[in-house]
Amino acid sequence: MTAPGRVSLLRLFLVFARVGAFTIGGGYAMIPLIEAEMKKRKWIPVEELPDIVALSQSAPGLLAVNISIFAGYRLRGLPGAIAATLGATLPSFLMILAIAMVFSGFKDNPWVIKAFRGVRPVVVALILVPMIKMARSGNRSWWAWPLSAAALIAVSVLGISPVWILLCVATVAYTLAVMREKGGRR
Amino acid sequence: MTVFLQLFFTFFIIGAFTIGGGYAMLSLIQAEVVTQHHWLSESAFTDIVAVSQMTPGPVGINTATYVGYEVIYAQSGSHFLGILGSLSTTLALVLPSFLIMLLVVHFYTRMKGNPIYEGVMAGLRPTVVGLIGAAAVLLTLRFGPGLDVSLVKENFPDWSSWVFFGLAFVASYWGKFSPILLIVLSAAAGLILY
Repeated sequence: MTAPGRVSLLRLFLVFARVGAFTIGGGYAMIPLIEAEMKKRKWIPVEELPDIVALSQSAPGLLAVNISIFAGYRLRGLPGAIAATLGATLPSFLMILAIAMVFSGFKDNPWVIKAFRGVRPVVVALILVPMIKMARSGNRSWWAWPLSAAALIAVSVLGISPVWILLCVATVAYTLAVMREKGGRR
Repeated sequence: MTVFLQLFFTFFIIGAFTIGGGYAMLSLIQAEVVTQHHWLSESAFTDIVAVSQMTPGPVGINTATYVGYEVIYAQSGSHFLGILGSLSTTLALVLPSFLIMLLVVHFYTRMKGNPIYEGVMAGLRPTVVGLIGAAAVLLTLRFGPGLDVSLVKENFPDWSSWVFFGLAFVASYWGKFSPILLIVLSAAAGLILY
């Protein structure tokens, strides 16, 4: 691993902690901040960044965490990956914990009840919007929409665990892809 | 003790099966924590998601941390055990990513453009869309045995909730309002109107 000078683990932790502490709105909001930090410090060649984002997106887990693991590992190996991940997650972990501890004492407060009565339907809308956007940009083939609909019904109406559905789809997709490969070679 | 192990195992599975980011993770957390294990009610989960969206950091991590605390605290009444609960869910959530990403870094030039890998992902992407949709449906409707469907009253108590829902949908989809702003505005509106 030939990093330009050796980045200290503490520095890695602090840079990712800053990104973690200041991005509101989840993983996608973190990408530009992480990219900016990487560019500014010349930690990772600029042309590698899109690859890192693409791979972090297709691996299981959360994008921001995956990018931290990837970048940390490229810079300092396993200890670097741990330092970067701790940095990216610790600030929100502590903040959420503080909120959870305070909020559990305020749940029956009439003001809190009123505020959350307004918030709850909004949360449902905020889950629906990214789903529709994902469907409109990602569902390009004819079978994509029926597959989305089938997954939706299986989980909501039939109560099947998403884990089983993902496993089944992955198995079928893998088998089809392997068959297509063999067919193409012949 | 068994609850800790169950939480750890559940969130490890959630971490391993989350494809497609934070919202996909919400659908898995919802299915496991609310539908399968009944650790939290729909409304309690909805509140947690709202707070997690407003707090800095990835939504999935925030929700996992909060759920870990809440489930253990609700059962034990102890803040200390609640903190241990949030530690175990957060750690369990990140651990699969960690193991898988280490493999990915090693093989990353070979994975890109591999037709079999691309084929599997092509099947998983539309599935994830459906899973996220299911999370939204399950926070709105409750499906009982047979064909018994009812509204989740805690989230949609009366017609005014649908106005909140509709306005937020329009503002987020076409108006590009940020989720944080919408949650803050709806909390303020709730305080004034109810």
